[in-house]
Parts: sequence; C-alpha cells; structure tokens
Amino acid sequence: MVGGRVRLGIMSVPSTSARPVVANSVWPRLEPLLPQVTKPIQYVGGELGAVVKEWDAATVRWALMYPDAYEVGLPNQGVQILYEVLNELPDALAERTYAVWPDLERLMRAHGVPQFTVDAHRPVGDFDLFGVSFATELGYTNLLTAIDLAGIPLLAADRTDADPVVVAGGHAAFNPEPIADFVDAAVLGDGEEAVLEITGIVREWKVEGCPGGRDELLLRLARTESVYVPRFYDVDYLPDGRIQRVVPNRADVPFRVHKRTTMDLDAWPYPKKPLVPLAETVHERYAVEIFRGCTRGCRFCQAGMITRPVRERSITTVGQMVQQGLEFSGFHEVGLLSLSSADHSEIGDMCSGLAEQYQGTNVSLSLPSTRVDAFNIELAQELSRNGRRTGLTFAPEGGSERIRKVINKMVSKEDLIRTVVTAYTNGWRQVKLYFMCGLPTETDADVLEIADMAHEVIRAGRAATGSKDIRCTVSIGGFVPKPHTPFQWAAMQRPEVIDHRLKLLKQAINADRSLGRAIGYRYHDGEPSLVEGLLSRGDRRIGAVIRRVWENGGRFDGWSEHFSYQRWVEAAAEVLPGFGVDLDWYTIRERDELEVLPWDHLDSGLDKDWLWQDWQDALGEYEQDDCRWTPCFDCGVCPAMDTEIQIGPTGRKLLPLTPVNGLKLSAGAQQ
Amino acid sequence: MPVAFSQGFTPHPKISYASAAPTGVASEAEYLEIGLREPVDPEQLRLALDTALSPGLDVLDAVVADGASLPDRIEASRWRIELPQVDPDVLVRAVTVFAAADEVLVERMTKQGRRTFDARTAVISIDVDVVSPTPSGDSAVPCAILELVVRQVTPSVRPDDVLSGLRVVAGLEPPVAPKVIRLAQGTLTAQGVIVDPLDADRDGATIGGR
Repeated sequence: MVGGRVRLGIMSVPSTSARPVVANSVWPRLEPLLPQVTKPIQYVGGELGAVVKEWDAATVRWALMYPDAYEVGLPNQGVQILYEVLNELPDALAERTYAVWPDLERLMRAHGVPQFTVDAHRPVGDFDLFGVSFATELGYTNLLTAIDLAGIPLLAADRTDADPVVVAGGHAAFNPEPIADFVDAAVLGDGEEAVLEITGIVREWKVEGCPGGRDELLLRLARTESVYVPRFYDVDYLPDGRIQRVVPNRADVPFRVHKRTTMDLDAWPYPKKPLVPLAETVHERYAVEIFRGCTRGCRFCQAGMITRPVRERSITTVGQMVQQGLEFSGFHEVGLLSLSSADHSEIGDMCSGLAEQYQGTNVSLSLPSTRVDAFNIELAQELSRNGRRTGLTFAPEGGSERIRKVINKMVSKEDLIRTVVTAYTNGWRQVKLYFMCGLPTETDADVLEIADMAHEVIRAGRAATGSKDIRCTVSIGGFVPKPHTPFQWAAMQRPEVIDHRLKLLKQAINADRSLGRAIGYRYHDGEPSLVEGLLSRGDRRIGAVIRRVWENGGRFDGWSEHFSYQRWVEAAAEVLPGFGVDLDWYTIRERDELEVLPWDHLDSGLDKDWLWQDWQDALGEYEQDDCRWTPCFDCGVCPAMDTEIQIGPTGRKLLPLTPVNGLKLSAGAQQ
Repeated sequence: MPVAFSQGFTPHPKISYASAAPTGVASEAEYLEIGLREPVDPEQLRLALDTALSPGLDVLDAVVADGASLPDRIEASRWRIELPQVDPDVLVRAVTVFAAADEVLVERMTKQGRRTFDARTAVISIDVDVVSPTPSGDSAVPCAILELVVRQVTPSVRPDDVLSGLRVVAGLEPPVAPKVIRLAQGTLTAQGVIVDPLDADRDGATIGGR
C-alpha cells in the first residue's frame, strides 16, 4: 500500500472541563459572548507557535498589539518577531492582542469584559507595557478602542503607576505626533534590540521598587535617546499655525531622538516558530525577510527611506530559517520578503537552491517582485518549478516617463513592455501593473499614459503569443506624502481631482474595446488617501480630530466598509478652526524649506538638507542612482547612525536537503 | 505528517471532515479522514497531531481507514444541551408537546437563504435529564438538561433547530445562551445505540485508547 487513509477521533472540550484557565483570565466571561459574534475563532488563541507563560514568574510583561483584525494582524512579521524575542527571555512574557470587531466591542462594553490577549485571555490593563505596531496611520482609531476597552485612561497624562506604559512602534511611529496625547512613548526603527533594552529598563526599575513612579520610568526610557516620550517635549506654534519649535521641557532629555538599526540580520533569525493561525488570515505562509532596507530611492516610499541602509540576510541563514520554519509550522508556502526582493545579491542562487530543495513537496515559493526587470521572470520561473504559478506584479508606479523621473522609478516604457511580453511568452496569462495617482506635479496627461501603456502591453503580448488569451490588471493606489521622504513637503491633490483622473483613465482604457476587454481596472477613491495624508503629516493638534472621530464611532479606518470620509471631514471642521488651521492646511498645502516639520526632532538618519535637495531634483525631473552600485550620495544615514551597507555575495550555496520521510514530532510545539 | 495532496492546478491537502459540529458547540466526538503519501503508525500520527493542535482540541484515536467511507458511518449524533435558568419542569412540558407532534417546522438561515424544514422527524429520542448534577456546578441557579439523539439527514437538524422547535410548539425561550455538547456520533443500532465509527476499523483492540 502506498499511502492510504487514516481516520481520527477528536474532542474539543468546553471550558467547564479541561482547558487551562489562568488566574487573571477573562475567558469565563468572554466565552458566553463568543457564540453571538462573527468568526469567534479569532478570539480563542492557542495557535501552534503561541506561548503562555506563568504570570508570576515574569518580571516584565508585554501585551503586543497589531491594531487591526486578527486576520490582518496575526501574519504581521514585526509582532511575531518581537513576541518570540521577548518570550525567549526567562523573566519576561509577551502576549498578543488584536482589534476586536464592533460586534464584540459592544458585547464587551455591555458585560464589562476588558481588552484581552488571545494567548491567556489576560486583561491588557494588567501588563507593564502595551506595545502597538503601526504599519499605517489608519489604525489610530483602533488604538483608542483598545486603550479604552482595556480600562486605561485615554490620555497619557491621566495615567497612573497602575496603568501599562503604552509604546508605539512601526513605520507610522516615525511621526507619532498625532497620537502624542494617547501614547506614553514611541520607538523609531528596528524593534528587536529596542524591546530588549526597554525590558531591561523596566526590569531594573521594578526590581528597585519602582522609584519615582511612572515619571521616573519614562525619564529613564527617554534618556536612552532612542525612545521618544512626547510629554517631555513642548511644541510652540507661530501665529499662522506653523510650528515654531519643539523643545524638551526638562533638562535631562535629548533634543533629538534617534532610530534604532539592527545590524547583522544573521544574528536575529526570527521568526523561528511562526504562528499558525486558527482563523483564515490574509497571508498563510512562512515569511522570511531576506534583507531589510532599500536604497532604490523611490521618492514616495517611506519604507525605503527610513529603513536604510540595506542589510542582507545571508543565503545560508535564509535556507536554514526556511527549513526550520516549515518543519515547525507545516506551511506549504514560503514568502521571501523585503522591499525589493530581486535586489538580494544572491537571489538567483537562493531561488534555484530553494526550488531544488523543495521540488516535489507541494511547497511553493513566492517573491513579492516589484521591479520591472526580465530577471524577475527567470526567478519566477525558478519558483514555479513545482507547478504552482504565483501571480506576477510589476510596479512602474507612474504612467509617463516624466512622472517616473519625478518619483525616481527608473524604468522605461520599452523595458516594461519587453518584460511583460517575456512573461506572456513564458506562459503567464495574467500580469498586474501597479500605479499611483496624485503624485507631485502630476497632470491628467501623466495618468492617461497608463492607458497607452496597458494597451501596448496587450497588443505586444497578443503579437508575441499569437493568442487573445492574455490579460493585465491595472491597479491604482492613491499617493500619500509621508514624513522623512523627499515628498514630505509636497501638496496633495483634492479627492475630486483624483477621482476625475481615475474616471478619465477608465474611459481611455475602454476607448479601444478589443484591448479594453483584456484589461482589468482596480482603484481606490481619493478620500481615504486624503485622511491618511492628514494623519501621516499631522502634528499634535490632530490628536483632537482622531479622538472626535473615534467618539463618533470611527473604527477600522483601513476597511472601506467601515471608513467614513464624512466623519473625518466633520471632526476636522469642528476641531481645527480652534487652532487657526484646517484640513486643507494639512493636506493640499505645499510646505517650504524652512518650515519646522512636526517630526524634525525625530531622527531617521536622513539629512534634511539632502531630502530637500532630492525634492528639488524631483521637481527638476533628475534621477538618483542606488548607492549599492554607485558612489554614496550622502543621504546621511550611515554616518549619522554609525551603520554601513551589508550585502553579499557570500559565494555560499544551499545544499540539497536530506529527504525526510514519515512523521516529525515538533518538539515544544505548545508550552 | 506526510499528507497527500489532490491533483490539479492548486493542490490541496487531502483532509475530509464528517458532519462537523456547528460553530460555538462543544464536542467529544468529531471525526476526520486524512489521505497520506505513505503508511505511518496510527498512534505516532495521533501523538504528532495532538502535539500541534491547540489545547482543548485532543486527538483521541487514529485507525487505518478501510471499508465503508466515514460519512456512510455517521448516521446519528447524541447531544446534550444545558439550559441554565430554565426550570426542568417547564422543559419537560415543552418536550412532551414536541415529542407528540408529527412534524415541527422551523426556520434557519442557510447559505442559500432562509429555509423552512421539519425538526421533528429526525429526532430519534428527546429526554430531559433529571438525575445528573449541573455540569457547570452552580447549584444556586436552576439548569435544565436535554439529551437528544438526532439522525443525520439533509438539511441537517442541529441542536439549535430542536430548540427552535421547542420555541415553536411550547414557547420555550431560554434566558441565556444554551451550552451544547456533542457526546457521540456514528452508526445507529436497531436499539438506538450509537456505535463509534472507528470500531469497524479496529482489529479487536483499541489503538489509541481513552
């Protein structure tokens, strides 16, 4: 007999019998509510990879949150890494919490159930630290829900020694000013070492008997010069509403707070024990970051600017992490993540090595390939050896050659068409092209060129393959200017302008009916982008707008079915005139060189003069090359942060795996 | 686990569940079948899966699948429904009316929309348990307990459908959410006893053991 079937009997026991319930668990009160809400499984916890440690054995306790629903939050790499790093410490524990949907929020309020962790269902208010990771500013209203449900005072100023220290992290924390009223601290940059340092400071302070209370603890954190404590800084405004200055209000805190950079990613091979979700989530795969940072220099890209320099993980460490991650989790998909994965110095060997190792095993590999480059197709072919063909996405970002020079996305129309046609001739029937609308200096004509490009792609694809069975999808996102980028000074376009351009583009695509039929068109309205822009470049005065929106029911602003533009416009109109500013002032106003920006005292390493020069280069349509292959262009990060580019090639190869048959018992799957 | 995959463009692991309990219902008897690429020791497999699954999801037994398919061996389920704050006498009266009816039409939202079907015929037995102590252990609050044996039919008649039936025929409205547990499922003997569907695959001795 080859294989065969096996039958199993399973028991899922009710809480009244065997499930272990810890002393401070809210589970007995939460469980009766769960049959009344959608997808209750997301609140149950107990995933493979989850850790429940003894409360009393830990000195420092973290509740970690990704402020979105479980299905989005669970796969988040940042939270998974910090969760594992912290739980490896013998005297610390970390548990996870996610945003609860409004149906459960209502029931929790009615029954007095506080915000809880999914691991041991402990109240978030019981922890020493409440760390929240923001990938986007649209999670701010969910932060307020979680703080409020946890029973923690909404305003940091009203909190006592009994409340957790609320710490913000993630990319949005590079300008935490809009949530300065609600968080006690913010950490800029890589979290691995930062959480260990913060844990050390909290541990010492607690062991000493908490001298000086909360104020002393926050002061000790601020003195590291890498933890920003908003309450220790005062913001003064000019009569016209602009910021005059941001200065410390006590002698012993630094004028500027610097980002953290984790060097040598091989020394931090996390996640080792990835979480395997119980409910369906947006990504179900083992994800390994193959490098961090990007110096391609796309001027709209905050991630590329604030994560410099490039630090590669070596091919051998990646191979080892994939092997152990798959063995532990049982996932059948591996994602090789980074900001531009095909740029890894050994990506070719990495892809062919992994494809070889997992040939015939139903493990599929995926590469978020965003560069428009024929090399990407070679890689994609390597990765689809197992027969599974993942989608191909290319991101020219701008429709015209001119706008691509403005944003520094160096790709010609000819390159793009050649690349896509190569994909079609290699068997792909469908490619996705990603663009942005609302970019600085953009005109209707720039956007309409997207239609020309899509038409030519289909025309050339049909000619090359002799088949009408090829398609492309044009996907358009709204441009949002972000802090610490050359576009931080740029004016946004009004949503009406964006929506009008999107409508013109749709007409242009369908102007040729034969070509138009082969082109899919997806876009986002201009309105959510404008609100994201308000929040991303906001200052402390925006906190009152966020609060008003939240009080009026604002939740899950990243979800179109929950987002209400009207609610934001009304809250801004109620709150901002009191400060002599308005929504337009924050969004469609271009800033000048000397204006003090709300995040100027937060140091991403980028030299503000260089950013301004790059902004001028953008307006002059002048391109900037990548410092990995051309001389340093003095963005300022390496000298300011005492870091350096870490790239290969190492010259090492992945060795074929010894085939493993039969059962593997993962040791310590549950603790 | 050397799980087998389906053929085709997007291969899926071969796992099939038979008559899974509804969301929010506890169970002491769920069954599934897994296709494997190679033979493995059932007890080793049981242990491996039990280790990987969440606390409270316990894999009790594994046998090599043979003969009739698993769905063919699931003819009926036994359920226990705890109804906190319901007077047992009130429940007894409602059950008597229900049992005496030939047909009790109830409604439920399904994926195809609202459906009306009979919740009575599939019920083989319905009894109020008067002897066992309250499983929740809270003696101050009255709690009525219902035991049901329900035949596997299409559309399936679930415990909440029987509760809907009790509301329809006797106006029974539990003040708090009932706690439902599936106690057993399997083949049904002429005497109304439910037989473990894995029994037929066991060579005399139990491999897993409770």
